[in-house]
Amino acid sequence: MAASDVDQGENVAVLDRVVIRFAGDSGDGMQLVGDRFTDLSASFGNDLATLPNYPAEIRAPAGTVAGVSSFQVHISDHDIVTPGDSPNVLVCMNPAALKANLADMTPGSTIIVNSDSFEERDLDKAKLDSNPLEDGSLDGFHLHQVPMTSLTKLATKKLDVKQRDAERSKNFFALGLICWMYTRPVGPMIEWIESQYAARPAIRDANLAAFRAGRNFGETAELFDHPYEVKPATLPPGKYRNIIGNLATAYGLLAASQQSGLPMVLASYPITPASDILHELSKHKNFGVKTVQAEDEIAAAAMAVGAAFTGQLAVTTTSGPGLDLKSEAIGLAVSLELPLVIVDVQRAGPSTGMPTKTEQADLLTAMYGRHGECPLPIVAAKSPSNCFDAAFEAARIALKYRTPVILLSDGYLANGAEPWLLPDLDELPDISVEFTTEMNASGPDGTPVFHPYKRDPETLARPWAIPGTPDLEHRIGGIEKHDGDGNISYQPENHERMVRLRQAKVDGIANDIPGVELDEDDGAELLVLGWGSTWGAIKAGVRRVRIGGQRVSRAHLTHLSPMPADLGEVLARYPKVLIPEMNTGQLALLIRGKYLVDARSYTIVSGIPFKAAAMESRILEEIAR
Amino acid sequence: MSVTEPISGNGSTTPVALTRKDFVSDQEVRWCPGCGDYSILAALQMMLPNINVPREDLVFISGIGCSSRFPYYMNTYGMHSIHGRAPAIATGVAVSRPDLHVWVIGGDGDMLSIGGNHLIHALRRNVNLKILMFNNRIYGLTKGQYSPTSEQGKITKSTPFGSIDHPFNPISVAIGAEASFVARTHDMDRKHMQEIFTRAHEHKGAAFVEVYQNCNVFNDGAFDAILRKDARPDMLIPLRHGEPIRWGAEGEHGVAVNQFGEPYVCRTVDVGVEHLLVHDEHRQDPTLAFALSRLSTGPSMPTPVGVFREIDRPIYEEELAGQLEESVKRAGPGDLATLISSGPTWTVA
Ligand SMILES: Cc1ncc(C[n+]2csc(CCOP(=O)(O)OP(=O)(O)O)c2C)c(N)n1
Ligand code: SF4
Ligand SMILES: [Mg+2]
Repeated sequence: MAASDVDQGENVAVLDRVVIRFAGDSGDGMQLVGDRFTDLSASFGNDLATLPNYPAEIRAPAGTVAGVSSFQVHISDHDIVTPGDSPNVLVCMNPAALKANLADMTPGSTIIVNSDSFEERDLDKAKLDSNPLEDGSLDGFHLHQVPMTSLTKLATKKLDVKQRDAERSKNFFALGLICWMYTRPVGPMIEWIESQYAARPAIRDANLAAFRAGRNFGETAELFDHPYEVKPATLPPGKYRNIIGNLATAYGLLAASQQSGLPMVLASYPITPASDILHELSKHKNFGVKTVQAEDEIAAAAMAVGAAFTGQLAVTTTSGPGLDLKSEAIGLAVSLELPLVIVDVQRAGPSTGMPTKTEQADLLTAMYGRHGECPLPIVAAKSPSNCFDAAFEAARIALKYRTPVILLSDGYLANGAEPWLLPDLDELPDISVEFTTEMNASGPDGTPVFHPYKRDPETLARPWAIPGTPDLEHRIGGIEKHDGDGNISYQPENHERMVRLRQAKVDGIANDIPGVELDEDDGAELLVLGWGSTWGAIKAGVRRVRIGGQRVSRAHLTHLSPMPADLGEVLARYPKVLIPEMNTGQLALLIRGKYLVDARSYTIVSGIPFKAAAMESRILEEIAR
Repeated sequence: MSVTEPISGNGSTTPVALTRKDFVSDQEVRWCPGCGDYSILAALQMMLPNINVPREDLVFISGIGCSSRFPYYMNTYGMHSIHGRAPAIATGVAVSRPDLHVWVIGGDGDMLSIGGNHLIHALRRNVNLKILMFNNRIYGLTKGQYSPTSEQGKITKSTPFGSIDHPFNPISVAIGAEASFVARTHDMDRKHMQEIFTRAHEHKGAAFVEVYQNCNVFNDGAFDAILRKDARPDMLIPLRHGEPIRWGAEGEHGVAVNQFGEPYVCRTVDVGVEHLLVHDEHRQDPTLAFALSRLSTGPSMPTPVGVFREIDRPIYEEELAGQLEESVKRAGPGDLATLISSGPTWTVA
């Protein structure tokens, strides 16, 4: 390859981290460019976190604010946990993208625009009265106007591509320019374009030409004085890859299938942002995974219950509206005491809400969203790669305790990426189960019989005897069962006992999970307690506060039901507790109710994750209180 | 990866010599005295010993309703689930374990109202389920509201001024949903029920059987006009594959086809035996079977019983299992370590 790989001369400024946001029309290929930049940075060794953001409408009118799609990536030479608050660089392919993203920029940061798309009609589509490139609204920013469309056309002129098609390569021009600015290696990008578009040589050549033109523009244009470099991060040793949450969830479930020796049956109905788990697992039939796209979420959950009855690792994946529909079947699984993993990739609600935006507002639904006393364990993932561990843990609990388990992920985790230190699969625990094949009780006349609700004294789990097992034929159902033999029972004392037994089984899991994840600061008076995907923002906020010389402790919950056994004691050590959540205070309600502590809420419901800076100021406020 | 082997399947070689008693569970049957459900239960318990399937390989899944209590009385594997969802739960069972024999039991409300969606999709997919819908044209368990098969004008607790809902014709629904096996039988004829249940069992794929069932408490005599002993010869149209459609004490009634291809009820003498419609269960095109299902608009007119349609179609769970096998052949058994490290990786020393 012609261009030097990383070495771009002496005049390179070293940064410890940078946040870049690519923004354009949803047809401009911004997600693709963001993904590529992420992969390049990952393989270069940076730590990173990403935040894709796309419109819910498949195709809003081109050039409008509703149609803007963006991808933010935070790369650094040290361990980071959030996709960054405010971009250092914003790349805008059109005025709508500028309009939609400008509020997130701080003065002094860099804005690069495709100046070819700031014509009168582009401004009209974005509903702008004046041209921001001329009206002074960008004063205070480092504004770079680059005619990306015409330069792309020029670069592809000699190629055998139509001008219209050539123009579409302008996202590669933008990528080339940013790659030059941040001294990304060129080789892997060229190889990627070559293999990705091998079947369409005209497009391949246009993209290559545009990418090179973007780099060359950076090198020759006097707009930028010098490129920057973000050195590789010093991460723990091992083999890494980049991973998004939905993929990690799918892999975690595959690992659970492997470690339990049970074939997986996944029944799901498509819904944003959970569909990719279904897509991924549908590919891996050679792992013994059977996937069914059900007629609706009720059927999906019901099919999973049927699969669980026969001894499979039964899974159903969904998002909020689907979780609502599944609730009756989940209640049945609680009553049948069959293992089932329900993955809820939370999105902004209520109702359809904002399907592509993130929220953590299904916690209470997971906890209490079924009629009757219907307890079940809940596990929440904290970062994209952690979805792997969380999915595995959900399956472990489900199988061991014969119970449905809800795994909470969210839109941010589902599509956000980070480097993942590949786990040593041989180190994963054995989570195999033993099916019951023998009678386990005696009838009134002393003959051996099978009692489907005779519990394991330690776990309180009931035996799992699957169809096909001779002599253990039995009937189960949603009607209250008599303790032990499982026959229909309407006796008051028996119902009382069964309700409490089901609760005790879930409560008992507290002895089988780690204590609270704690990061304590000596002498701190404030404990910041979080769950789910706010983990990164809380960690970053706490880090900033400590750098500023203040003391604060941090705790994180992976298990929301039951909560870790030591949580009460940890909470009691702190005079102040702050609970940041992307809802209006759901964990806070649980904590206040259960532990009688005066926990304060810090909540946002904007569909966008917490920012580290805002977290820092809220924590400081709480310390000062 | 290791996959748990079924403990036993219908490939099992152990000889099974079962009797009706083997299929009777230890639970007291609690339907109202005189309920048609008793004779359906008896017919199935009498028929099952003849099909040579080990008891442990039989699974009965039901929804909610009087009829859905059925699994409790069967000494097989069973699940009494939630209202309307039995076809979906049973799909999960069949997909997981194609070697099992899965039966689905439910009422007209269970399967055509709350569970209508699951019913049509199970039929469309052709999951190997034997679906028995007990049609009593009423909600029994909830004490007598009208159902999606109740006739218009019916006065019930929830329709004091008469129902204004147009009813479903269950056979038409099943044929419209692409069912590969569609039949009707009734609770007054144990032999016919056994014959149809056996046919359903033998069919490869989804079998839908509508069973006319009397609810003597909330809809007594709903089928009297066609099922009374003295009414049957003139009012039941037996469908027999390969034979002209013909009934009556003297075979005086028949079905012929008019110039538009529509079947109609005629007098045999008027058209001549050779011009009667010969029933063909295996016609790929469902139009004629559908038209036969429309001969009567309710159990007050001559009504066909027997097998309307039986065709060959790939079985869902076999196709799915086939894709798994194919994919192992193509890509080898899945290796998780390879999978998770696919795509760009890098090593930090
Ligand atoms: C979700 C839900 N809604 C309503 C009910 C109440 N319910 C139970 S059975 C039934 C209808 C029963 O009618 P059908 O399915 O025809 O069965 P039958 O009792 O007539 O055999 C209803 C409405 C329920 N159990 N669950
Ligand atoms: S209410 Fe009707 S359907 Fe239900 S058991 Fe009684 S007679 Fe049978
Ligand atoms: Mg009914």
